[in-house]
Amino acid sequence: MTLVKTKIGRRTFIKNTSLASGGLVLGFSWLNSCRPKDTGSLTGKEMPKEWFQMNGYIKIGENGLVTIFSPNPEGGQNVKTSMPMIVADELDVDWKDVIVEQAPLDTDAFSFQFIGGSQAIRRGWPGLRMAGASARHMLKMAAADAWKVPVSEIKTAKGRLTHEDSGNSLGYGEVASVAAKFKVPEEVQLKEYNEFNIIGTSRKNVDGPDIVTGKPLFGMDTQKEGMLIAMIVHPPAFGLKLKSIDDSQARNMPGIRDIFKIKVFNDDYVKTFFDTRTYNEVVVIVGDSTWEVMQAKKAIKIACEPIESSTDTRDRFGNAWKQHTPAGLESTENHLANMEDRAAKGGEVRRKDGNPEAAFKQAVKIIERTYTAPFLAHNCMEPMNFFADVKDGKAELIGPLQKPEFTEQTLSARMGIPLEKIDIKMTRLGGGYGRRSYAHWAVEAALISERMKAPVKLIYTREDDMTDGVYRPTYLIKLKAGLDANNNLIAYHVNAGGIPESPLHENRFPAGAVDNYLAESWTIDSNITVGSFRAPSSNFMASAEQSFLDEVAELAEKDPIDFRLELLEKAINSPLEGTTNDYDPTRYAGVLKKVKEKSNWEDQQPNLSRGVAAYFCHNSYAAQVLDLVMEDGKPRVEKVTCVLDCGMVVNPDGAKNMAEGGIVDGIGNAFFGELRFEDGIPSKNNFDSYRMIRMQESPKEIEVHFVENKIDPTGLGEPTFPPIFAALANALYKATGERYYQQPFMSKLPSLANG
Amino acid sequence: MATYNLKINGKTQTVDVDGATPMLWVLRDHLQMVGTKFGCGIAQCGACTIHLGDNAVRSCQLPVSAVGDEEITTIEGLSEHGDHPVQKAWLEIDVPQCGYCQAGQIMSASALLKRNSSPTDDEIATAMNGNICRCGTYTRIKKAVKLAAENNS
Repeated sequence: MTLVKTKIGRRTFIKNTSLASGGLVLGFSWLNSCRPKDTGSLTGKEMPKEWFQMNGYIKIGENGLVTIFSPNPEGGQNVKTSMPMIVADELDVDWKDVIVEQAPLDTDAFSFQFIGGSQAIRRGWPGLRMAGASARHMLKMAAADAWKVPVSEIKTAKGRLTHEDSGNSLGYGEVASVAAKFKVPEEVQLKEYNEFNIIGTSRKNVDGPDIVTGKPLFGMDTQKEGMLIAMIVHPPAFGLKLKSIDDSQARNMPGIRDIFKIKVFNDDYVKTFFDTRTYNEVVVIVGDSTWEVMQAKKAIKIACEPIESSTDTRDRFGNAWKQHTPAGLESTENHLANMEDRAAKGGEVRRKDGNPEAAFKQAVKIIERTYTAPFLAHNCMEPMNFFADVKDGKAELIGPLQKPEFTEQTLSARMGIPLEKIDIKMTRLGGGYGRRSYAHWAVEAALISERMKAPVKLIYTREDDMTDGVYRPTYLIKLKAGLDANNNLIAYHVNAGGIPESPLHENRFPAGAVDNYLAESWTIDSNITVGSFRAPSSNFMASAEQSFLDEVAELAEKDPIDFRLELLEKAINSPLEGTTNDYDPTRYAGVLKKVKEKSNWEDQQPNLSRGVAAYFCHNSYAAQVLDLVMEDGKPRVEKVTCVLDCGMVVNPDGAKNMAEGGIVDGIGNAFFGELRFEDGIPSKNNFDSYRMIRMQESPKEIEVHFVENKIDPTGLGEPTFPPIFAALANALYKATGERYYQQPFMSKLPSLANG
Repeated sequence: MATYNLKINGKTQTVDVDGATPMLWVLRDHLQMVGTKFGCGIAQCGACTIHLGDNAVRSCQLPVSAVGDEEITTIEGLSEHGDHPVQKAWLEIDVPQCGYCQAGQIMSASALLKRNSSPTDDEIATAMNGNICRCGTYTRIKKAVKLAAENNS
């Protein structure tokens, strides 16, 4: 057993314990009402008559049923299953007796209720374990009191307490009322990793039965008495703003209540990191039903005028950040030309090891390549939406969010309503991938509800969703490598930038594995808004770097895996003095060695074109081998073999699902993902033009292997996404003899582009 | 506005709406049956798939006036207790990630199996190609369709 101080969430535990000291538990009535009869647990136990709250995460019924509140929003990463699994393991309860509920946003009770950066499990790990362990300790204390034996002699298993010498035994439910009255212990014993019996075992998605039967789980499904439907109209092009509205026709259409303009953020408001909003003024149409509002929306005519250049001071987590937004109507052709020009001038030097200039002069072979990637839209299947009911100085909001705590702060500032009068309920997200961190639509919904004095559900159409901004930036990376006469990599230069953000991670591989290394970074301002998109910046760094290394390995006449391993050996055995790298070269080499073995890399088959790539991001390591064949000029991905080192895996089958998703998403975006601009207008606005990967282009088979270790869990949702772009590009090279420098790759594969 | 008597999931439901209103919004707004999802509004993503008779159709492009006497089945009515072979297979394979597209996927899959009880991989891919899964669960969807076919044979 490991003894740890219960510092994380201690305030919470105390607060909730005192709340529960009367025995009966308060709160969460909204959540309970979702499932009045069916307990949802696997044992079929009935709902208990009473619940006893042990802490913010756990309540136990007198019959032994346990409710575990999952703190973070669920957007498909399956944390609603895996986070409670961690609590349940430390609590030592039978998973069959657990009901899982989504916790409400409660910054006192929980920390980091957040989806982003693949951090939910990594950052939640200590707190979730302590929540379970401290409740277990309180149950043991209650049993010790009842049996008059020392706490240390009591053992637990599957929701039962036993004392071996006396033969006493009690279920958790039988002592929960007493246990809930104990103070949370100062210190608790956590399980040793070899004592886990739920963590590391595959458990089904707790929402599975509700998903396959179409239960209302999503923000879009919110229905309330008297609820109105609202939609927006925004200017058609980046660089334009609203000038006037002609709603004469729309106003008289059936079911329409009102049409007006809202200003999302006030001019004097200091926007925080996630307060990105493309069009600050939009037209709002409110009516009785979605179809009626959609028709009226089409009948609205707006006139627009150019924006002026501006510089905003924004608050980046306590630091002032100047954001410049230029005027003008931007186009993709200009973006590409501007990035070429900007890169040619060189950027800010972010890391320099050795003497790259001299080393390139000495090099016997030099290779230089340029890689580009377009803006990408997130295209969550559930379009942006939010419910708001603002009245009497209070606001109730319901919907899908990635950063509810920040959204609540923004709402409070914009609406002038104190935080404690704002109640946000988190629904399941119909996809997020970063997009639902920028919750301007929650503010819009609140403003509309306030004005209408009615509950309102704001819905974006697919076209609004796709053309409203907050995209993955467009990037350009120039890479240059120098080899000596023995084909050793002696110099490496990365020159990376983007509009309006740079993807550079200067301390990642191959930094630390090359004596002479130079990393430069630059950006170009834009009025096209951007935000996090699955594995931000890594998603292009990996594809450029790992495609390039494949070509460098070829130039060095080495196997691409062996070439990478050689470099990693160097980083392991002779690290450069005075430098630090983000990655652990031993773990990085570990996934490459394992993928070599698992993919039977050495058994190259003539009919298969194989590509390899590996990357470190979000604290985890992924290596992939992609096998493809060409059928009638179309690439067909036969199989992807993926090895992932993300520390301990909480829910292996759920984790595999997530890894598979990252791979399919990456192949899809590599083949098809692209949003172009002409005079500020996005080139695509729905799935008839924005090509998404479908089953026919998806890999026939995906095999995921985890490196088994006892390292605390790290990122899982993002690390399989970035390298697959390069594994695909490298396999396509084998199949077609051509390198793929510009995303999306379909531009070079006509048979694929034409369906 | 006009009155329509619709046969949905074995029951007759009466709605008073404009005849151009797509079934998707009749279901979601007027009948509070929100299992059928809005994804694109132009029949490109499949999230709104329902059965009209035995056929999978995109309800966002099906005006209520065109339904007539045809039976409509939605995800809520696919089985009484969530135990249709396709639903069971979906749980067995643990297909969903975010889950938003899955009702549409299940409706497409169940319509496929109705007309072809043991589809090949290619037949599955062709039948399911109209349903986008942004999370990328396609390999699991294919496995689940095959499992449902096996369990039903």
